[in-house]
Amino acid sequence: MFRKLTLAAVLAVSASAAVAESEVHIEDFDFSFEGPFGSYDQNQLQRGLKIYTEICSACHGMELVAFRNLHDEGGPSLPEDQMRAYAAGFEVFDQSLDDGAGDYRAATPADKFPGSSLSNAPDLSLMAKSRAGFHGPYGTGLNQLFKGMGGAEYIASLMTGYEEAPECAPEDFEGSYNSAFAAGGFPESCIDDHGHHMVPGSWIAMGQPLYGEDLDFDDGHSNSLHHEAQDVAAFLMWAAEPKMMARKQAGLTGVIFLALLSVLLYLTNKRLWAPHKHKDD
Amino acid sequence: MSGIPHDHYEPKSNFTKGVESRLPIIGLLHTTLTAPTPKNLNWMWIWGIVLTFTLALQIATGIVLVMHYTPHVDMAFNSVEHIMRNVNGGHMIRYFHMNGASLFFLAVYIHMFRGLYYGSYKAPREITWIIGMLIYIMMMGAGFMGYVLPWGQMSFHGTAVITGLFGAIPFVGESLQTLLLGAGAVGQPALNRFFSLHYLLPFIIAGLVIVHIWAFHSTGNNNPTGVEVRRGSVAEAKKDTLPFWPYFVIKDLFALAIILTVFMAVVGFMPNYLGHPDNYIPANALATPSHIVPEWYFLPFYAILRAFTADVWVVQIVNFLSFGIIDAKFFGVLAMFGAIFVMALAPWLDTSSVRSGRFRPMFKWWFALLAVDFVVLMWVGAMPTDGIYPYISLLGATYWFAYFLIILPLLGVIEKPLTPPATIEDDFNAHYGPKTGGTAAKPAE
Repeated sequence: MFRKLTLAAVLAVSASAAVAESEVHIEDFDFSFEGPFGSYDQNQLQRGLKIYTEICSACHGMELVAFRNLHDEGGPSLPEDQMRAYAAGFEVFDQSLDDGAGDYRAATPADKFPGSSLSNAPDLSLMAKSRAGFHGPYGTGLNQLFKGMGGAEYIASLMTGYEEAPECAPEDFEGSYNSAFAAGGFPESCIDDHGHHMVPGSWIAMGQPLYGEDLDFDDGHSNSLHHEAQDVAAFLMWAAEPKMMARKQAGLTGVIFLALLSVLLYLTNKRLWAPHKHKDD
Repeated sequence: MSGIPHDHYEPKSNFTKGVESRLPIIGLLHTTLTAPTPKNLNWMWIWGIVLTFTLALQIATGIVLVMHYTPHVDMAFNSVEHIMRNVNGGHMIRYFHMNGASLFFLAVYIHMFRGLYYGSYKAPREITWIIGMLIYIMMMGAGFMGYVLPWGQMSFHGTAVITGLFGAIPFVGESLQTLLLGAGAVGQPALNRFFSLHYLLPFIIAGLVIVHIWAFHSTGNNNPTGVEVRRGSVAEAKKDTLPFWPYFVIKDLFALAIILTVFMAVVGFMPNYLGHPDNYIPANALATPSHIVPEWYFLPFYAILRAFTADVWVVQIVNFLSFGIIDAKFFGVLAMFGAIFVMALAPWLDTSSVRSGRFRPMFKWWFALLAVDFVVLMWVGAMPTDGIYPYISLLGATYWFAYFLIILPLLGVIEKPLTPPATIEDDFNAHYGPKTGGTAAKPAE
């Protein structure tokens, strides 16, 4: 079901000063939103939201997404009361309270998700779009074009990419070995004489966040590591591109009407020029 | 709008007579719309309309985007996300604008190569060609500055690299770079002035487009045979031409509709395909992306910029002869601008007596190689600067200059061109058969 692909992905990470380049393993997951007609799976987004809330948000923020967006069509589409209750579970700092001194209050739907609580944990709002650079052979972009591979694949692969550190690395090397992470630290002892990395990926500061069976879903969906990784990746894809379904809808409508217009203009043009073109064939 | 003889507009009603005697604007519009156009134009002559449409699209979407965008280093990135998330239809408008730039450059490159193949730059159309080159340079400026505005990682570090090119100019470079950025480094002043200029340039382009059209309406369009329209009389000219409206308007609109169908599919289904993912990371001066790659449409010239490194002997000789003033970096900058400059000189470098590549058996192959060279340079411009890539860049860049500076002048001397048809009418009839019976053309009933 999961095709293993080895891709030379060029990934730059804003938080990391030492930027290395590595071969990385990115799996081609099958997401429901791939292709021109793909759409978000509402249940999957809700499961992803749960994983985000209970695990990711401990360190990471999502400052560009508002709580009200959880109620939007083409997203997790939480019922309004659930969305309001969810928002109320967060505290935000409001400068207007307490005569301008500011105070904390429960979040409302108009508020946005809090930012990251750790300085080296990047904001996740756009993660699925900023890590989409799987260009395929020779930078042609074919993997993105034909396999629909993008940032969601990267996030899911990162979640499942934690592996036993290879033997070439010193035991006390900082970070966790991850076969999907390109921009982390890399021990000199794992670089061969030709300067090539002997193992894919690199060492990431983030400890393994998901192990499988980390939480239970109300819809009884599988909570294996693969499924959890996929669910949270789908959720972050929605967070990065919340208008995707509206966009594809508009694109399809546009393509149909423009194709129709092309046909009409073709016929008009043919008829217009006919008196001047006399070839019989 | 002189040149090809044609019927002139005669105002009939008192109102139009009154207007025309005060401001001959109806006559101007009439002359422009009914411009006699060679009837053998092929499908490569549709890109002008595509470009005009794209300019209008970029201006229209751009004006709306400006209503919601904030040119401030702390707010620019989030204001673009505000457009993507909260503004009604904002995500579509922004994706139209973003991909519209790609359509613009795709069309302009095909348009330029059309001109290069059919010799549209040759006398008497040099001014049309030069104005076209000016439009292209303005487009590059607008495209580059537009890419800066979202203030993502590529915006920021791309700005540092590109303005750094000007910094490579000896003596005045540093001052020039400071002038461009408004400061010693990329920051708020740079963002402000790029925003201002990004809004200004499209209107300068629009003005130049009018002059471009004026110029080729004065000389008449070139056509696939390169043979001029007969100008002895109106009747003679009519044998070679058809009025722009409705024949070419409908033809061009048909082509435009097909292109827009594809464009709509790109915008709707893969709007970020041509962009760089790093630009969805907010600008951070402290973290330089491992590869700073310009937008695809700059890659051929970016490849030429990078091709001339310090280990190339030409660079070393020039460096020695100029007492070190022209170092490898400045040489690269000169090469990049030179690559565009030699293209602008094509009218004077091409010595052939025949205009259209259709009748130039040797030229055809060299031209095809130039087109391949352009694509190869585009590809290698996105590749890293190690391994075999620098050699490919150098080879590609060398051919680019060789084509314009050596091959074009030489071919005119050694090549024996075929004989083009005597008239456009002959060429048209060879394709579509002579007109049998019937007199005047009837536009769609």
